[in-house]
Amino acid sequence: MDILFIIQQTLSATLGVNAIIFALAAIGLNMHFGYTGLLNFGQAGFLAIGAYSVAVPVISFGISLWIALLIGIVNSILFALLLGVPTLRLRADYLAIVTIAAAEIVRQIARSATFNESLGGSDGITGKFGKEFFDLNPFKEGLITPILRFNGNDLWVVITGWILVAIITFIMWVMVNSPWGRVMRAIREDEDAVRSLGKNVYLYKMQSLIIGGVIGSMGGFVYALSRQSVQPDNYGTALTFFAYTVLILGGAARVFAPIVGAMIFWFLIVFIEQILRAGVNSNLIPDWLIGVNQVGQIRFMLMGLGLMLLMIFRPQGIFGDKKELALDAKA
Amino acid sequence: MQKRNSGADFALTTSQTPGSSKPDPILIADKITRQFGGLTAVNVNHVEIQRGSITALIGPNGAGKTTFFNLLTGYDSPNSGTWSFNGKALNGIPPHKVARLGMVRTFQLTKALYRLTVMENMLLGARGQKGESVLLSVFPWIWRAQEAQIQIKATSILKKFKLIEKQDDFAAALSGGQRKLLEMARALMVEPEMVMLDEPMAGVNPALKQSLLEHIKDLRSEGKTVLFVEHDMDMVHEISDWVIVMAQGEIIAEGTPASVMGNSQVIEAYLGAHHDTDLSSEGA
Amino acid sequence: MLSLITILSAAAGISLAAEPAHAADAPTKLYGVVTGSNEQPLAGVGLSIQGPDGFSAEIKTDSLGAWEVLIPTKGTYSATINEGDLPSGQALTDPTKGTVKANVFMLGVELRLLFPVGPGVEKATMLERSAQLTVDGLILGLIIALAALGLNLIFGTTGLTNFAHGEILTFAGLLTYYFSAIAKLPVLLAAPIAVLLSAFISGFLQDRYLWKPLRKRGTGLIAMLVVSIGFAIFLRYFFLFLFGGDTRQLPQYAGQAGLELGLVNITPKSILTTVIGIGFIVFATLWLLRTRMGKASRAVADNPALASASGIDVQKVIRAVWILGAALAGYAGVIVTVNQGVSFLMGQDMLLLIFAAVTLGGLGTANGALVGSLIIGLFVQLSTLFIPTELKYVGALIVLILILIVRPQGILGRKERIG
Repeated sequence: MDILFIIQQTLSATLGVNAIIFALAAIGLNMHFGYTGLLNFGQAGFLAIGAYSVAVPVISFGISLWIALLIGIVNSILFALLLGVPTLRLRADYLAIVTIAAAEIVRQIARSATFNESLGGSDGITGKFGKEFFDLNPFKEGLITPILRFNGNDLWVVITGWILVAIITFIMWVMVNSPWGRVMRAIREDEDAVRSLGKNVYLYKMQSLIIGGVIGSMGGFVYALSRQSVQPDNYGTALTFFAYTVLILGGAARVFAPIVGAMIFWFLIVFIEQILRAGVNSNLIPDWLIGVNQVGQIRFMLMGLGLMLLMIFRPQGIFGDKKELALDAKA
Repeated sequence: MQKRNSGADFALTTSQTPGSSKPDPILIADKITRQFGGLTAVNVNHVEIQRGSITALIGPNGAGKTTFFNLLTGYDSPNSGTWSFNGKALNGIPPHKVARLGMVRTFQLTKALYRLTVMENMLLGARGQKGESVLLSVFPWIWRAQEAQIQIKATSILKKFKLIEKQDDFAAALSGGQRKLLEMARALMVEPEMVMLDEPMAGVNPALKQSLLEHIKDLRSEGKTVLFVEHDMDMVHEISDWVIVMAQGEIIAEGTPASVMGNSQVIEAYLGAHHDTDLSSEGA
Repeated sequence: MLSLITILSAAAGISLAAEPAHAADAPTKLYGVVTGSNEQPLAGVGLSIQGPDGFSAEIKTDSLGAWEVLIPTKGTYSATINEGDLPSGQALTDPTKGTVKANVFMLGVELRLLFPVGPGVEKATMLERSAQLTVDGLILGLIIALAALGLNLIFGTTGLTNFAHGEILTFAGLLTYYFSAIAKLPVLLAAPIAVLLSAFISGFLQDRYLWKPLRKRGTGLIAMLVVSIGFAIFLRYFFLFLFGGDTRQLPQYAGQAGLELGLVNITPKSILTTVIGIGFIVFATLWLLRTRMGKASRAVADNPALASASGIDVQKVIRAVWILGAALAGYAGVIVTVNQGVSFLMGQDMLLLIFAAVTLGGLGTANGALVGSLIIGLFVQLSTLFIPTELKYVGALIVLILILIVRPQGILGRKERIG
């Protein structure tokens, strides 16, 4: 077992692109669920919209990447409106089902043969749509140390990505601690009480949905740009559920919790995968138990199991206060 | 001086019949009905609430009082009827707008916002907060001053309600009675013209009850109108200027506390629900 | 092998670049499975593959509808399907998509190609297609109903929105496959065994060892919902781990020919499984309406505190509801497996439809689940008259959203304060 290699892979993952993507997805969910109590199970849809909005305009229409990013933000606002207008008046369970349905619709359309021309079908879109972004990279050689390793492109994404996460987290912190944030938290407790005080609850919920959704689609930007590829099946319900795992892990309704949750999540995933792989390769784990190709599946199984255990035994996550449990609230 | 007694004044001259007109009504409702399936929960032909008075809405359980409250404040839609507040028609107006017009209600099952502190509950009530706008919230210097002002007001109300020591506790940590007080205090932050209290005494210990009564009287002396639902007849007798009795969705009697208590129809309505129960005993 | 691409596509974005490192040694190929409008495999369909440097291959799909061709170099390949080989009643839903192109960027990948095949466009008249789709829709509705009834009952009595409900179908389907294909029992024996095991394991054991302890702890409903999500993910990948990613067909009755009944083409196995399914529904409905336990469960669903106060053993009712629900859902899994095959994703695919049906009919109402299921089933199938087959689920989901806007309590739900 190459311990150093394992450390390098694990540490790089903890600080890497995937952690950023999930941090953004979870920050968005934190706004929805952690602070406003909205059960949005369609966050993957926002990421998908962000990702495709980055890729399609550049590749199919030759539009500049920076404009494409703006298009992405506009699209996610529209999607949030589309989701919110009919559903924000519905009960939590209904909202959950509708948002899953909406995200599935997005994915099905994205992978359909019908829209193959523009959206790439089930193979998605692959191409150098991130060129304008990567041209700005001053660290083209990447970073190669024994314990941390990023290639040139990844390093640039990691640096800009974490800066983006920091900015967004700061803004969220200000908003959550403002009177606006207070209304949100109140809505999470009891909407009728908030209405009785003259606040337009529906409007606030919509704002929350839009903000959380836009942040989520920024996760999609990073996802697409980092790989210069968009695959529709990456934006399925599993993505949303793992974003929730990240959120819960960090402790919902704490501003920096999604960041910590994302890092811990990726640390665990890659660490476990590396250990399993090393075990299988060095035959510590017999082949009949776990084949080389099955390490990925075991990883998902463990993630599912982890989510269950997390919810059962430590639903407040790492930073949450058991008293303030966001999740054990009213039925 | 005039205002202080206007609540009682009108009682002397107003006819003690259901749906009687009041000299200066703040709230008028006509032909309000609400059906659930085959059941008629509310069927109010006409009712007027006198401005500046303390009016009690009583009746046996299931009479439709809370439903009526919900209809008036926009939390539910009637099958028919119209009603107006200060002359403004309220049909189809959503509850938050009704509150902004000046009609604020509390809830039978207290809705103190548990994971907010007492002070946060209060601050929430203030109207016109710049910091509540999504765009302005990002720039704290814009709303900080106003927030401080609101805090001063909240502090003074909390002091009056003797909740000031608990200001940084989560509302969940308060006792049931204290939460009722908090809900009322919070409602005052909205600066309402009319306060609608749904069973303000329910679950409150006797010590706090007196102070609650005083607070309600204070509301009247500040010129506010109070309409409250109650089962506690002693309280009703003690502070209300006027009593409206509902049974099976309809208003069966109106009048001063004394006259209503002696009304045979009223007694029968209660006896039917509370057989052998002394009308002046506590609770439902 | 086929599982490799499934893992890649499921985990591609969520794994570091470790995977391609081994793939360079793996063969490069194009492959696919040609299935008809009900996901039934189409055998003996000819395909012609053309590629760079004069590469050319003629192949046919095997008995499971699968095909694959190894390709030597990178470049652009095109695969053309021989429409004449498609059985009657099936044709390309879009005649222009008879040729599919594939760009092979690097060696060592396996690319899956899709041909959109559905009820024949020219071959059947609108009436014939409508009739066929109506029958298909009713059958799909039945399958959804079997699962939805259980979900609804469990929701009604315990408040749990069970996101792992779909996995009950998958599990029963996999059991059927195991007993039939591996243990070589006749399907007529394998299926009932699967249903019984489903009732016991997915019903009794699941409630006893997972949900009951959580209820006892006072775990909140949203927390349990999230637990069920984690459970679903765990099970799904566990099934993948055990059975691989392919859709498995039961060897017995695999290529059964359909009977022409008037305007409609339907296989005998489909008829039999459907009839038994209807029997299940009738049984469940009678159970709910006539038996003491059934009535008790309705009482618990209506008002648990009151039911308990009137002497009903709520825990016993919940146990009964889980067993029945798992049996019904298990049988739904059996129907799908016998007629189309089973894969680890079966539960996930069905789940959304089940939720849609239950929500549409009215959460918590038993009849609502039935009505909603039939409507969703019919809509999904009939919508293919107007929209491409691959988007049929999209149509149903859109209808769900629209209905919720107009009538949030569902079709049969009571009008309570929803929001």
